Amino acid sequence: MVDKTVVSLEAAVADVRDGATVMIGGFGLAGQPAALIDALIAQGARELTVVNNNAGNGELGLAALLKARRVRKIICSFPRQSDSHVFDALYRKGEIELEVVPQGNLAERIRAAGAGIGAFYTPTGHGTLLAEGKETRVIAGRPHVLEYPLAADFALIKAHRGDRLGNLVYRKAARNFGPVMASAAACTVAQVDALVEVGALDPEAIVTPGIFVRRVVAVA
Amino acid sequence: MKRLSRDQLASRVARDIPEGAYVNLGIGLPTLVANHLPPDREIFLHSENGILGMGPAPAPGEEDPDLINAGKQPVTLLPGGSFFHHADSFAMMRGGHLDICVLGAFEVSASGDLANWHTGQPDAIPAVGGAMDLAIGAKQVFVMMEHVTRQGESKIVERCRYPLTAIGCVDRIYTDLAVIDVGPDGLHVLEMVGGLSFAELQRLTRAALIPPPQGMVA
Repeated sequence: MVDKTVVSLEAAVADVRDGATVMIGGFGLAGQPAALIDALIAQGARELTVVNNNAGNGELGLAALLKARRVRKIICSFPRQSDSHVFDALYRKGEIELEVVPQGNLAERIRAAGAGIGAFYTPTGHGTLLAEGKETRVIAGRPHVLEYPLAADFALIKAHRGDRLGNLVYRKAARNFGPVMASAAACTVAQVDALVEVGALDPEAIVTPGIFVRRVVAVA
Repeated sequence: MKRLSRDQLASRVARDIPEGAYVNLGIGLPTLVANHLPPDREIFLHSENGILGMGPAPAPGEEDPDLINAGKQPVTLLPGGSFFHHADSFAMMRGGHLDICVLGAFEVSASGDLANWHTGQPDAIPAVGGAMDLAIGAKQVFVMMEHVTRQGESKIVERCRYPLTAIGCVDRIYTDLAVIDVGPDGLHVLEMVGGLSFAELQRLTRAALIPPPQGMVA
């Protein structure tokens, strides 16, 4: 019997190596897999490259991972916020590398990695600092910039309900990056609010089919 | 001359959003437009984090941390609204499906270049979010901003000094002094606040303006 559930948060992230690229779901705190991040902090992996929309809020979750000095580089669209002081301080001290990516490019680069796309052209960013040095091409009269996929070793995401096959549904706008990140990582780990029996999730409503998910852990 | 307040400016922008429009309101000043949408028009607000049919802020105590807007403030969902993942959300933005986006700006150039994401200061932390995607993707890009900075400098310029968000993307500029269309031949003043002469508006603007049709004031 296939069973992707793991017994503990500790087991869910046990094999994250130093230097790994880790996608972390969420937009601000909505959809952020805080329990998995806490487990990753306890696990101790260092020199991580983290992909997230932001760079941590307050002191918990992603901000705590940064504060524990486990992140060498962050790839995100919007690091600077009113409560991003942990990142701000590290960045100003030169202790974390930052790659700023337009949010649509971030989502599409992750999607491309999950879908086996080699690269794509987009008008986003053309003529700006964020396209400097990149290949460009005029398509249908409009300048486009070549962007490459963004894959990861791990994706840590949060969903609302999951089953032992890895099928997931999300809650409201906490869905955000979860489904695309799930498709783009070698090992996707989903923290869910509740595990349900196989067959309990409406197949018409499953957002992330289990093929994209390696591990499911319930967090009360 | 009387400058429009922030709410008056938001109300002026809202007047130009038609029934049935799919609209994204940027963080900051543009968010105010939501409070002024005419109740007799059905308008669909999009939020980049995966919401269509976004409603107003919830009543105190009704906030849901899973239901927030692009500025990460609590919002609600209207009947008929939907949730979707980020790649779908940005397909709406980049694929030309939004009718209008309203963005704030540091500067707009005479040819419609937009600078609104980065001051370029050495100590500034760059943060772009969805601004570049909206600027190139929406059918119409409205900019909403004060006409001049606190230091009295024009935010409408011949050429942007701040790092660009996108080239030639702005269709219309709404300021606390005027409504200005960005055309292929330059900046057309459509409206000015009462008591403001075209000569005075031009004096406050560091780019050449084309005067409005006679008698047009807000």
